[in-house]
Amino acid sequence: MEENKKYTAQDYKSDQYVRWCPGCGDHAILNALQKAMAEVGIPPYKTAVISGIGCSSRLPYYMGTYGFHTIHGRAGAIATGVKVANPELAVWQVSGDGDGLAIGGNHFIHEVRRNIDINILLLNNKIYGLTKGQYSPTTDRGAVTKSSPYGTVEDPFIPAELVFGARGTFFARSLDVDTATSVEVLAAAARHKGASVVEILQNCVIFNNNIHSYITDKEVRAERTIHLHHGEKMLFGKEMNRGLVLDGHLLKAITIGEDGYTIDDVLVHDATTQNFVMHQMLAMMDGHELPLAIGVIRNVEAPTYDGEVTRQVEEVRQKKNYPTLRDVILSGDTWEVK
Amino acid sequence: MTESTKVKVLDKVVVRFSGDSGDGMQLAGNIFSSISAAIGNEISTFPDYPAEIRAPQGTLSGVSGFQVHIGKGVYTPGDKADVLVAMNPAALKTNIKFLKKGGVVIIDTDSFKESDLKKALYNTNDAITELGIDPSQVMTVAITTHTKEALADSGLDLKSIVRCKNIFALGLVCWLFDRPVSQAGLMLSHKFAKKPTVAEANIKVLNDGYNYGHNIHASVSTYRIESASVKKGTYTDVNGNTATAWGLIAAAEKAKLPLYLGSYPITPATDILHELAKRKDVGVKACQMEDEIAGACSAIGAAFAGNLAATSTSGPGLALKSEALGLAVMAELPLVVIDVQRGGPSTGLPTKTEQTDLLQALYGRNGESPIVVVAASTPANCFDMAFNAAKIALEHMTPVILLTDGFIANGSTAWRIPEADEYPEIRPNYVKPEMADNGWRPYLRDPETYVRHWAIPGTEGFMHRLGGLEKDAKTGAISTEPSNHARMVAARQAKIDYIVNDIPDLKVLGNPDSDLLVIGWGGTYGHIYSAVTEMCNAGQSVAMIHFNYINPLPRNTEEIIRRYKKVVVCELNNGQFASYLSGKIHGVDFLRYNKIEAQPFTTSELVEHFAHLLEK
Ligand SMILES: Cc1ncc(C[n+]2csc(CCOP(=O)(O)OP(=O)(O)O)c2C)c(N)n1
Ligand code: SF4
Ligand SMILES: [Mg+2]
Repeated sequence: MEENKKYTAQDYKSDQYVRWCPGCGDHAILNALQKAMAEVGIPPYKTAVISGIGCSSRLPYYMGTYGFHTIHGRAGAIATGVKVANPELAVWQVSGDGDGLAIGGNHFIHEVRRNIDINILLLNNKIYGLTKGQYSPTTDRGAVTKSSPYGTVEDPFIPAELVFGARGTFFARSLDVDTATSVEVLAAAARHKGASVVEILQNCVIFNNNIHSYITDKEVRAERTIHLHHGEKMLFGKEMNRGLVLDGHLLKAITIGEDGYTIDDVLVHDATTQNFVMHQMLAMMDGHELPLAIGVIRNVEAPTYDGEVTRQVEEVRQKKNYPTLRDVILSGDTWEVK
Repeated sequence: MTESTKVKVLDKVVVRFSGDSGDGMQLAGNIFSSISAAIGNEISTFPDYPAEIRAPQGTLSGVSGFQVHIGKGVYTPGDKADVLVAMNPAALKTNIKFLKKGGVVIIDTDSFKESDLKKALYNTNDAITELGIDPSQVMTVAITTHTKEALADSGLDLKSIVRCKNIFALGLVCWLFDRPVSQAGLMLSHKFAKKPTVAEANIKVLNDGYNYGHNIHASVSTYRIESASVKKGTYTDVNGNTATAWGLIAAAEKAKLPLYLGSYPITPATDILHELAKRKDVGVKACQMEDEIAGACSAIGAAFAGNLAATSTSGPGLALKSEALGLAVMAELPLVVIDVQRGGPSTGLPTKTEQTDLLQALYGRNGESPIVVVAASTPANCFDMAFNAAKIALEHMTPVILLTDGFIANGSTAWRIPEADEYPEIRPNYVKPEMADNGWRPYLRDPETYVRHWAIPGTEGFMHRLGGLEKDAKTGAISTEPSNHARMVAARQAKIDYIVNDIPDLKVLGNPDSDLLVIGWGGTYGHIYSAVTEMCNAGQSVAMIHFNYINPLPRNTEEIIRRYKKVVVCELNNGQFASYLSGKIHGVDFLRYNKIEAQPFTTSELVEHFAHLLEK
């Protein structure tokens, strides 16, 4: 049976030459996605990858699945149509920070709110790559870019906040340089029913080089990130001897054995609790005072939009039992001319 | 005595029901038109809703009207009414301008008290004299009083009783035009099926209204309206928006595809969304999206995924969809876009009609972006054109814009419900399994029609990537090669041009042997055709062609136009179709008759103008 066939990452590759700049974070993300798809095992012909416009949005061309590189900002709306029309498909969306959160911000919050079963990859390089280096809605305040020569005078979005604000059911984060975590969270996103947002911090070597280095550099990564696993203690650090505890209503990073803290004080991550207050606090950590959270931060169940549309159509259909349109019309006010 | 009642025989007659928006004028009008259709009249109706959602009762801004034209040779709701029912002074004041010279007014005297007159801003206590109406034209009836008397023992509360007064008026009008009240009674029982006491009460006052006319006003002349010889079958009353929705469903059934609608509410197109949302009962997926862009984009996604996909809107929404339509052109996906035109620009006149989106539909996109544009001409024709738009989209892998307008969208006619085998097959150009291993590529085309194949995600062996970037004609990979772009632009154009083979030729209406050719397109058909018919019947010779297909134009367009000495293009805009035709057919002096009052033509203004052109 085809369904039982084991797929490899190779099965999800297309014959197209990959054209991102050498060293661009997108290369690693593409590989991680293909590995995750192989791991989940939905066949390439039952997979559709939809993107908007941007460097990151070129990704579908490199996939051996069905793909659609659409228009700037609209990937979410188009992916929504694909999923509702053909719920059997595994639908992925690939958007940059500009594509997904600026021009496409409206579609983004609505697809999350609807909880349509799409896996949304948000490749966040905090810059407009394709148009050669303008600031984006995730660019830090004050950043000097081509369109902000004196620094930006606006605050960025934190994508997770938008997701929780839109009552999202799944949020995960990874780093382009951390393929293992990327594969893990992408596979988890694929398995989650509903809108699954995966933010991947991506380096644009050309227009925003090292923008995430503070967190992603090998020497500091273990201290400045925490990999959350559902049901496990929130531990981090090279020696895994640091942890997160509650201090009043706020999170605090402690070292086990210091200041009287023991392993028992360290919080256990619960990604599946409906209440998003803790998820929000975790997602807001930025690697400075508290480590930046990677892994699956929130993963809860809720009815999906596509599932509900299908269910409602079936329910009404059975109840009314009209074989065709003509039967519907004949059930209204009509008259005969003989 | 009834035997001595004078009976006038008429070809057709126009009745206008008007009252406060809470008075149930739409219902009375609807029933009147439906029973007229049921006894063999042709009908055309048009509702005139107040602009405000809930205007104060009895005020001028709260008046709601419903005009119905019945008889033989009926193609419009009529310029003016032979009979005007005015349930209150505000209705009389705002609607008297729609009454023909010598027409009859029926008023409910119970609602013409001093306070009622004040609310409607009269200066005197005598509405009739103040408006300069000849009292001999006015039939005064204490409608509310009679309704209360009729229902004294009904057990209904006073408010519910008074609410039945529209049906008393309907009974009276039924008597005036010799309509079968039994048929009206059936419709009322259907309408109030869940409230039997209300149904019973309405049927009682309906009969009382009828008998009141019969007994009290025996001296007033009644009318007999000629029947048209209509085709046998089962009929229903349908407005343009509902017909559009049904046309799409019919096409989906024919093509054996699920129907997807992505839409965002906008007057006057919203009823298409409403109807298709109800039609989940036949499997339609109608999704209200976050904006018009998402409406179009989700439909494009649904088309990619293998549904018959449509998006419905009005002018401002079409503007928002333009970038997405360019994507559908480039990706060569089937998509039906419905634009129910309204007065513009900008928010304009949302509830009024116009034909001002034609050039937007034809050209409102970046790049060389040819699209099929078709237009519906009557409420019932919306069904056919929605079906045809879907057929063209699916068989030629292209977006198709269907233009309707506020006038035909809300107007209604009697429509014979077709059997499924009465409309043609729809055969999309799907990939065939054997192509998978034989060099199939997404942008390879049929050599004759230029149509590419449709490979639906979920099918093994046809994984491919589409996109808005220009593609290589052979491999389907991204290409910026200059000659390839030229070739793809030409292919996309040739694909649209080829569709001329799949659309009907124009027929010349009226008197083909005339010096004057009248040209119209879309929703003006009824008025233009009425004017031309009226003139031909009066011995004046006028020829007419009317366009449902705008891009591409029917094959015989140029040949017909060149036959005539004088050609006039009539449209509810500043000459958009005339300029389009001038660009395609050179050396013809296209005269223009344009109206941009956000109102339909009147038959009489067209007759006057055509007569003037014949004289010149
Ligand atoms: C309607 C429209 N507006 C603007 C553009 C130009 N444009 C293309 S991509 C882009 C921003 C890309 O940034 P992002 O989404 O972050 O993707 P990245 O290139 O960084 O991966 C812009 C402004 C466009 N293609 N279409
Ligand atoms: S410009 Fe930046 S984002 Fe774009 S491909 Fe190059 S490195 Fe990657
Ligand atoms: Mg970016």
